[in-house]
This record gives sequence, structure tokens and C-alpha cells, in this order.
Amino acid sequence: MNAIKKLGMLVLLMAVPAMAIASGAGVHLDTAPVNLKDQASLQRGAKLFTSRCLACHSASYMRYNRLTDIGMSEEQIKKELEMPEDVKIGSTMQAAMDSNSAKLAYGVAPPDLSVIARSRSPDWLYTYMRSFYVDISKTSGWNNTVFPSVGMPFVLADLQGEQALESEQHEGHDIKKLILKTPGSMQPAEYDAAVGDLTNYLVFMSEPSKLVRQQIGWIVLAFLSVLLMLVYALKKEIWKDIH
Amino acid sequence: MMNLLKNLLAWVDERFPLTSTWKAHASEYYAPKNFNFWYFFGGLALLVLVIQIVSGIFLTMNYKPDALFAFASVEYIMRDVQLGWILRNIHSTGASMFFIVIYLHMFRGLMYGSYRKPRELLWIIGMIIYLALMGEAFMGYLLPWGQMSFWGAQVIVNLFSSVPFVGQDLAILIRGDFVVSDITLNRFFALHVVAIPLILVLIIVAHLVALHEVGSNNPDGIEIKKNKGPDGHPVDGIPFFPYMVVKDAVAAVAFLIVFVSVVFFAPDMGGYFLEYNNFVPANPMKTPEHIAPVWYFTPYYAILRAVPPLFGSQFPGVVAMGVATVIFFALPWLDRGQVKSIRYRGPIYKAFLASFVVSFVGLGYLGLMPATELYTWISRVLAVVYFAFFFLMPWYTKIDKCKPEPDRVTSK
Repeated sequence: MNAIKKLGMLVLLMAVPAMAIASGAGVHLDTAPVNLKDQASLQRGAKLFTSRCLACHSASYMRYNRLTDIGMSEEQIKKELEMPEDVKIGSTMQAAMDSNSAKLAYGVAPPDLSVIARSRSPDWLYTYMRSFYVDISKTSGWNNTVFPSVGMPFVLADLQGEQALESEQHEGHDIKKLILKTPGSMQPAEYDAAVGDLTNYLVFMSEPSKLVRQQIGWIVLAFLSVLLMLVYALKKEIWKDIH
Repeated sequence: MMNLLKNLLAWVDERFPLTSTWKAHASEYYAPKNFNFWYFFGGLALLVLVIQIVSGIFLTMNYKPDALFAFASVEYIMRDVQLGWILRNIHSTGASMFFIVIYLHMFRGLMYGSYRKPRELLWIIGMIIYLALMGEAFMGYLLPWGQMSFWGAQVIVNLFSSVPFVGQDLAILIRGDFVVSDITLNRFFALHVVAIPLILVLIIVAHLVALHEVGSNNPDGIEIKKNKGPDGHPVDGIPFFPYMVVKDAVAAVAFLIVFVSVVFFAPDMGGYFLEYNNFVPANPMKTPEHIAPVWYFTPYYAILRAVPPLFGSQFPGVVAMGVATVIFFALPWLDRGQVKSIRYRGPIYKAFLASFVVSFVGLGYLGLMPATELYTWISRVLAVVYFAFFFLMPWYTKIDKCKPEPDRVTSK
């Protein structure tokens, strides 16, 4: 055992310089207020998602009736999310615009958003939807600090208003900052909360079983802990005569 | 009733070696009583194998090996199949856990000299299992058909095309196409689900048969068979059943606690077990900025990238990577030490083993990172350290000052 301890020390000693190499920093991301237990927030997010995002983006692995998991009845889903008459409650969420015309309009086909919160982080999504600014050099008229030259126009502009990217002198450094030029129908804090709801919903949609997963996890851990004690007691009993 | 069972057993024993097999491999297979923590990982590897086979069978019932439907069918399993998400998380966690367990199992072999005479063949069979496992993991990783599945496979298969003369044909033979495609997906599915598991099970049985023939090594690296009692059994050995079985059971439950913690609370493991970019469907027209294999391949990937190309060919790097993997086969003949276990080795071996661990872990980390100039140079240094452990072994194990081995096994 002593030899192993020494070996471990040696490994640690040699590993320190290797760990000292720090990795570079990217764009600063704000922390998204994700809380999958906040059903009211998830429902607000779902409404924003179906009314705004679903115009161009699909969520083709997400079924409408899965929203019963966040406390909506099937009636509510149909009515409050303004589901088209011909779409069944068990259907997956399809975009209003077809992918080809969207590609013609924006240069890229809008990606499916079912698992977007698992490929992009929630913080990325939360920051991205608050980082659009007016840029007349782009065909859509919009640009984004998190996703430069993004093809998507800013569809929430009526809510947030119009931002501009401005340079500011700060201790001799040039710092770029987003400034709200024309206010939208929401106050900045209100808008942040709405985008927070939307992000929360996207996280839910990327893995609808996440909450259940964690709940079952605790039960399984409790079971295994009891089993561990029993098996350990059995081992002690059987090994009594071994010296 | 008891009589009936006894008669039944006698009837079977006359026709099948049931009792004698049980005795040879369990109730009268004597294992050293001084097994420590490091001796759990062989049994745990077997447990993970069973977990992977069972979860894999149920995944196969719902997965579609078709470039058009593969990604969607995985999401279907995650959402619409009853408890499908458990199966999927178990299988993806199991893949990474398999390598954690196997790497620790191999490290145990390095520490206690488990590859030395008379266990050379046992070690070689184990290495074949390791290679088969790498193939199994590589092919399985293509199946979710995400961006990393696709481009990871593309990069690795392209390595084969750098082999002089036959490279291009070799790569086409593997892919079945000029690029990774639906055809590749189908053949990888067949190999992942049928061919390699079959081979794996067979060679794992061979590994166990070889182990039970020569007997287990132990943390002292001495042969318990040299010291037998009047009953003909090793004095320092205890029957595998029930002693080792119940001890391994404790380890198995403890391991399962770690395993399910990942499955239920962190199946992505921060992007290491399930890479974030693999939640984007495979797109042959869009190369990701940064392609990294899954963590268990990254030490070798870092070695590949560390070797500079020769006449514009990556072949030297591919050779280095290949040698880094198969060099383990030569260990029984590279080691000239007087003792097996690290407990009685001198300081030189300990220093080399420690630096080997640092190089392996360091290369694993660097293989995940983008290849900047600094990182490439660190990789080169670590790759030299990695190979030095093996190539200098005949020399440093010979001159190392060893301590005398004890006659009997020691505990703690």
C-alpha cells in the first residue's frame, strides 16, 4: 500500500505542470435561469416557442401531448398554443414554413430545435437570444455577438426592441457593448425573464424525461445503498474465518 | 426431495461435467487471499459486459440502422419508448465505464507484474480483448449518426488510407463506399451487434480459462502455488466461491452506485460521455470546427497528431499510434525485473511507471483539445515519455535495485 501511495504522490507531482496550462476563453455567456420544476415558466416558454420559433424551426422529435408533462391539459395545449386544426395532439411539432423556402429566404435551413439545448448549452441559448443587434451590412439587417453573421433575423425584436453594438473606451481598451436604442414592448428585465422561460422550455424539450430521470435516480441509489450494506454484512460474515 | 435432486445431479454429472466444472472454477479454485482494491476491476469488466449486452439487445429492438432514420430513432428511444432513455443512458455510460474499468484493470497488471511468466498468454489474450473492445466502441459510436459519430468515423477510417499502396482500397473496403455513408452505418451495425460481441465473449472465456490454468497473481507478485498445505491447496489461497464471489459482490454494488449516478444524474458527463456536437444530426456537407474522438481514444489520437507528417503523408503518425496500442503485447518480454510487484521494485521502475501514467493521462487530455502549436509540442514530449516506458524497459528493469520478496503473501 505504501508503494502505491508514493506512486500516487509522484504522479500528482508530475501532473501539476500539465494541469497549469489554462484553456482560452470564448464569448462571455450569461447564466440561464433554468428550473425544470417551474411549470408556469415552462408553459410561458412553450407558448413563446410555438408562436415565434415554430414559424420557421421544427421540433420534429417533440410531440404536442408531451406538454402534459409540464402541467398542461390536452385542451389547454390545443387552445393556448393555437395548434392548427388539422394537427393531431400526438403529432410532432412541424414548422409552419417548409425547410426549402426557409433555406431560400435565409441562406440556411433553420435547424430542428428538439435537442438544441443539448448541442448548445442553455447559457448559450439564453445569451444568444439577447445579443441581436442592428447591422445594415447583413441581408437580414441583423447580426449577433454570440453567433456572428447568423442567418436568422431577430424575430423577437418587437419584444426586446433594437440594440446597437457600440465601442466604448475603458482604461485605454476598446470594449464593444450592446446598447438598447429603440425600446420594445417589454422592459429589459421583462424580456430577460421571457427569454429565460423560452430557454427553460428548450431545455425541457431537449430531454422531456430529465426530471423523472432524476427522481428514479434517487430511488435506485437508495435501493443500492441498502443492498450495499446487506452485501457488505454478508461478506463480513463469510470472511470471519479468514486471517 | 433432497434425494431426488442428488439423483438428478448424479444423472447430469454422468453426462456433463457440471460438478467438476463448478469445483475447478469456483468452489475449489484458489485465489490469493491478499487481493486488494485493484483486483476488483476484472470482475467489474465482466459486469459491464453483461450490462452492455442486455441494454444493447433492447436498444436494437428500437434502433434503425439507416442514415435517414438513425438519429431520429435514437431520439425516439429517448422520448417515446417506455423507459427507453434508461436503456440508452445505460448503454452510453457503459461504453465509457468499460474503458475506465479496463484501463484500471490493465494498470493493475502493470503495477503487480501480472503479465510476467507464467501469465504471458493470459496477458496477450487480454490485449486482444482490449483491441476488440476498441473496435466495438468505435463502430458503436457511429450508430447515433450525429456530427461526431460521422466525422469521427470519417477521420479514423481516413487514417487507413494513408497506408502506402493499398491505403485507398483499404479505406473503401472498410467504408464500403467512398465516404462514410448509409452503407458504412449498416456494416458497422452488423459488426457492432453480432460479429465483435461474439468474438469478445469467446476471447473473454479464453481469458478466464487461461487465468484459472495459471492462477491469479497478487499484490506481492509471488506464486501462492509454490506453498501448498497438506491438503494440496495453496496455504495463502482461499476458494473463489464463496469468498471472492461475495467480496466481488460488494465491489459490484459499490460500482453500480457510481454507474447509476452517471446514468441518472449526469449521462453527458460534461460532454465527455456524450459529446454535445453529437446532438446535431450527421451532415456530410458541414465539417465541424473541432473533431475530437471520445475520451478513451484520445491518448492515441494525441500521439497521432504529435508525429509530424512525412512527405505530406500522415502514415508515420498512424504507425506511431498503432505501435502505441500494440506495444503492450511485448510487455512480458520487455520486463527483465527480478521481482514482479511494484512493492519490491526499486525507485527507477516506480519513476518510469509514474511518468507513463502522467503521459497517458496528459495525452488523453491533449487529444481532446484543438492542436495548437504549444499543445502539439507537449504531446511530442509526452509521446516520447510514453514510448520510453516500453522501449527502455529491458534496461531500467535490469539495473533497478529490488527489495527481497516475502515467502508468504502480506496483507496491507
